[in-house]
Amino acid sequence: MIIRKRLAAGACALLAALALGVTPANAADGPSKDSPKVELVLDVSGSMRATDIDGQSRMTAAKEAFNEVIDGTPESVRLGIRTLGASYAGEDKTLGCRDSQQLYRVGKVDRADAKEAVSKLQPTGWTPIGLALRGADQDLGTDGGSRRIVLITDGEDSCGLPDPCDVARELAAKGTHLTIDTLGLASDDKTREQLSCIAEATGGTYTTVHHRKELSGRIKQLVKRADTPVETPKAVSGTEECRTAPEIGAGIWTDRETFAQHRVYKVKVKPGQELRVAASVGADRPVDRDYGVLVRAMGENGQELVRGSDAGSGRTDVMASGLRYPVAEDDNDKAPRTVCLEVSNSFSAPASVKRDPGLPVELAVDVVKGPDDPSDLAAFGLGRGWVLLLVLGLTGLLAGLLFGWLARWRIAVWREN
Amino acid sequence: MRKKRMLSAVLLAGAALLAPAGTAVADDTPSEAGTAFRTAVAIEQGQKATANGSTGDYLYWQFPAGAGQRPTVKATVTLPDTANRTGAATWRLDVYDGLRRRQACTAGEQAATAGQQAATVALTCTLRTVRPWSERWSNDPLPGAYYVRLTVTDAPDRDLGLPVKAEVEATSEDMGGAHAEGGSLGKPLHATALAEPDGGWNGSWWSGRWGWTIGGAALCALAAIGGYTLTRHPRRR
Repeated sequence: MIIRKRLAAGACALLAALALGVTPANAADGPSKDSPKVELVLDVSGSMRATDIDGQSRMTAAKEAFNEVIDGTPESVRLGIRTLGASYAGEDKTLGCRDSQQLYRVGKVDRADAKEAVSKLQPTGWTPIGLALRGADQDLGTDGGSRRIVLITDGEDSCGLPDPCDVARELAAKGTHLTIDTLGLASDDKTREQLSCIAEATGGTYTTVHHRKELSGRIKQLVKRADTPVETPKAVSGTEECRTAPEIGAGIWTDRETFAQHRVYKVKVKPGQELRVAASVGADRPVDRDYGVLVRAMGENGQELVRGSDAGSGRTDVMASGLRYPVAEDDNDKAPRTVCLEVSNSFSAPASVKRDPGLPVELAVDVVKGPDDPSDLAAFGLGRGWVLLLVLGLTGLLAGLLFGWLARWRIAVWREN
Repeated sequence: MRKKRMLSAVLLAGAALLAPAGTAVADDTPSEAGTAFRTAVAIEQGQKATANGSTGDYLYWQFPAGAGQRPTVKATVTLPDTANRTGAATWRLDVYDGLRRRQACTAGEQAATAGQQAATVALTCTLRTVRPWSERWSNDPLPGAYYVRLTVTDAPDRDLGLPVKAEVEATSEDMGGAHAEGGSLGKPLHATALAEPDGGWNGSWWSGRWGWTIGGAALCALAAIGGYTLTRHPRRR
């Protein structure tokens, strides 16, 4: 059995490899419309001249890493490059804070072109991160495929407004499934706080870079991550009560809910089916230490059917819980039942934290055929243990004795007659 | 057995050669981790998955478990260079079922604090035995996917972002007849990305309970014959 499975796995791998070998030839005209898009946003501000990455300047390290990344980008990924602080060297803040250009358009990578564009960069100006993020979001467009920004910078935003962290949250809330990963080339507290905040707001990651190898390795890893197929959630907007709730079906859904708010959705479930729901509420900003999430399934009349909840404390990315609700077969009533799902959270945050947009909610809904009537909790109703043997043995013995005695008594009666 | 294994290895190697350069061929052991439930990387039981990440990342994997199994998840984190670290860090391993419900760890060290000088930190979590069915109100472990989340829960802010390496392995123990239960689910919980574990989602139909029950029946029959022989009228000729 195991052997057969292994062989099958081998054969599958072979087929998969053959399929992979064939696809690029068919797709000669570049990646498809739904292929993942990644934009690398590189800080080219004056401070990138500092020489603290393995004895090289930050700029040189970044250029080398970019060359490696450009070489290693999978065919299926559309890659773009944007710079910030690359052209205006003056002191005028208004001009310096508008300095962010697209260096290489998001699309199929022409390796030579992209490398040449990168090689010309010289550390120059200001650090308008917020502006660059907005620009990168526009560069990525909205024509399908996963969207990822990799921000490489060595300093905090020197422009102040717009606050890059707010920009990140605003972009994430647009419902276009944007992830921003940040890499910091300097490890001062302010840069780290800002970059962590940007990453946290969009479900991305933050990395401090001390060595050249770490830089190229991490960017390559992030580009590869963008290439991993993943189901894109659909947006839905839940309401306060069941009556007005939007109806959703099987699939993955996203929504937003603010602190101490709940969102309600409706699902239709036929008798004989089982509703399965997993809900998570993300903590995409600083929140108070203790928190929780509750997901309830309710009937149309407001009766609670079943609930799932979880609570926690400390650092977290999401709080999740789920439930299953099988609807029993009913010969008299085959109409689908409406189940209302209520997702609520007990996150709270210090007064300084922005409330709007709300926390990201993700719902994974599935409706499957569900038997829910085990005839016995033991396997096939079988028994087990010494007590069982004792009971069976004694019962057999008693029955034997009884029948033996009956037989004896019958013979005695027969003899007398 | 070994020969067959060799054969499949050769097939895999052949596949790797046929694939064009630059295209990643699915490796046997995953070397990546997901960053959310939705992107959790699928691993098999007994497979040692590795991943590079940064301190502060939330690393997600998922593995399959069937009824009658008691899974144990082990994780080892290789911490960043001691020179760059500024203090102790607490790492934590959380396991969720396919419906993202938190699962209790019945044994093992789920969270551990590594001192500033420590090179690695090891975490383990043993779940309850997976049941083939449970009442809808309970969150007993059921057949299907299990998510593993590994992260640092408490570390000096300065240490966030430093590179770490994580290794995760899920194994399970077959709990035998004592845990052989009836009932079944229509489908395992959220297991589309996973291969069925050895022994199937619902466990094997065979269990020690068959032995006990058949043995009991035989004992019953023997005892009955014995009892009958003891009491019936001795036959006289």
